[in-house]
Amino acid sequence: MTITEKILAVHSSRKKVQPDEFIEASVDLALGNDITAPIAIKEFEKLGMGKVFNRNRIALVPDHFVPNKDVESAGQAKILRDFARRYKIKYYFEVGRMGIEHALLPEIGLIKPGNLVIGADSHTCTYGALGAFSTGVGSTDLAAVFATGKIWLKVPQTLKFIYYGKLKKWVGGKDLILHTIGDIGVDGALYCAMEFTGDAISQIGMSDRFAMCNMAIEAGAKNGIIEPDEITSGFANVTQTFRSAVCGGRVYSAGLCGGRVYSAGLCGGPPACLRQADGGTGIKADKNAKYKKVIEYDVSKIEPQVAFPSLPSNCKPISKVGNVRIDQAFIGSCTNGRIEDLRIAAKVLAGHKVHPDIRLIIIPATQQVYLSALKEGLVEIFVVAGGVVSTPSCGPCLGGHMGVLAAGERCIATTNRNFKGRMGDLKSEVYLANPAVVAASAIKGRISSPEEAL
Amino acid sequence: MAELALRSGRVSAPGLCSGRVSAPGLCSGRARSAEVKMSLRQIKGKVWKFGDNVNTDEIIPAKYLNVSDDKELAKHCMTGISESRRGDDKQFGKKISKGDVIVAGENFGCGSSREHAPLAIKAAGISCVIASSFARIFFRNSINIGLPILECKNAARIHSGDIVKIDLANGIIDNLTQKKIHRTSPFPSFMQEIVNAGGLMKKIKKGTGYFLKDKKSSLSPF
Repeated sequence: MTITEKILAVHSSRKKVQPDEFIEASVDLALGNDITAPIAIKEFEKLGMGKVFNRNRIALVPDHFVPNKDVESAGQAKILRDFARRYKIKYYFEVGRMGIEHALLPEIGLIKPGNLVIGADSHTCTYGALGAFSTGVGSTDLAAVFATGKIWLKVPQTLKFIYYGKLKKWVGGKDLILHTIGDIGVDGALYCAMEFTGDAISQIGMSDRFAMCNMAIEAGAKNGIIEPDEITSGFANVTQTFRSAVCGGRVYSAGLCGGRVYSAGLCGGPPACLRQADGGTGIKADKNAKYKKVIEYDVSKIEPQVAFPSLPSNCKPISKVGNVRIDQAFIGSCTNGRIEDLRIAAKVLAGHKVHPDIRLIIIPATQQVYLSALKEGLVEIFVVAGGVVSTPSCGPCLGGHMGVLAAGERCIATTNRNFKGRMGDLKSEVYLANPAVVAASAIKGRISSPEEAL
Repeated sequence: MAELALRSGRVSAPGLCSGRVSAPGLCSGRARSAEVKMSLRQIKGKVWKFGDNVNTDEIIPAKYLNVSDDKELAKHCMTGISESRRGDDKQFGKKISKGDVIVAGENFGCGSSREHAPLAIKAAGISCVIASSFARIFFRNSINIGLPILECKNAARIHSGDIVKIDLANGIIDNLTQKKIHRTSPFPSFMQEIVNAGGLMKKIKKGTGYFLKDKKSSLSPF
């Protein structure tokens, strides 16, 4: 079996599952935000059950339109807050303690290798970077999970991607995934799992891996997944510390995985969810696992990528971009709003000024990222350079607030979607790139490589 | 709001409700469909045609997501699609009649998980969405809220303004204008049951799915 198939088998209490089978799976963690949860809550309340399946296995994160951007958004956020209080939802995160959901939940150690996570947000697939099966669903599916703790799933076929070779300078996970989507198309992995493997994946850190799995949905995939290794393990060790600091020393809920015993072959011992992630979790694909297709990339040939409007697959290497003037540069989002991303941006921006015609907006993904950026002096670098730094939020990524575009304006962003009108007016344009390219473009006033700006 | 295509008919096929999820027959919609005897009211409507990769930002732009009332959402249905992507359908939303049908290309509904997208379509009066393929979250959402959808590889052959008659249970699209019939694979019967019930939550409330009938039983249609 593939990694995805193994996790789905364990969560449907079977020894084996096969692609295209329908299963009924137990959910370790269910996630909703201020856009999707209000509809889920409305649907859940119609059942009149009086309680959720498990208040410790639901995470509610207001992050899209908060701090409340208008009266209507305030109403939506209040629905979330009231529900969390009424049902004593353990993992509700108020403004000031919250962050972008897909950065926040791994950061505080809520997601472990081998978990099955369902989220009413398409970028829930991010957690595959930790070796978890996670996928996005809609509000009604979430409501059904609130009620039952279960979900129906079709076991996806798996596409295996092997990345080998040495990464060029300024190339990261964002470029690997953009290049991949550019190659296979926005429906190139429709209904499939994307398993990212190879030497190059072993070389990159967690923020790069999160960015890759985060954008699996942009190829139409059900989930992206990476086999846990020492880097996963190191991240989990750090999140222990974060958990103590951010969550007031809450003990990782033993109930989160229901003490499910993984079959000996899968984890080789105690439930994976109760242990630190490590290379020995046993969460890996069998040697005889069946793949729909295996695709290989020599990463030494991949340059930083830029996805032109209006699809994430519309990619060009930075050397072929030409002269594209911009009005705004945005660094943030669930794809690239982590501390490593901000460090890269700061490295490029240090000692430079943002071009007079450009608005540079930087949004740390979580309060912890914000705090680290403050302590490390990154915020000072951004402000001195002439950028603005805002409170954690999805912000302008989906045209919400804090950087919406006017007709005719162009933005280069570290986000995940460049659909027409995604960030504002239908006649505005979004270009996707990694944090180094966005920072360099902010300095030059046009889409530029970091080498040009430094 | 669009009337549901399927009235809550009885499903007489044995094993459809009591079979384990893994039952191979349950998944092969084509094989089972002959056994499904539903009380149907067939869909008939005028076609509004769109291209490939219609995303959820186009169906309902994020600026309208600060409300979740479906009638309010319906006012903005397809307003995020630019002129160049609208084809002949620049009047969509203004001239839509209850029961009309959306026909699109590959990967319809790609992008965000917002259920507001199928909710807006359904509340706008669209009776069915036919596409060459669907993005998976949109697919789930449509089934879950009871919006009839059909995957048809020949969707490109259906034109704007055509009148189509649709038999969901058997996956048949009758293009009355062109006098052509397209056959598709109907969905697995448990999905049809959800649409039939008017959506997943109504099905759960009825106690015919997702454990509420018997929490200990693993015998559920999923």
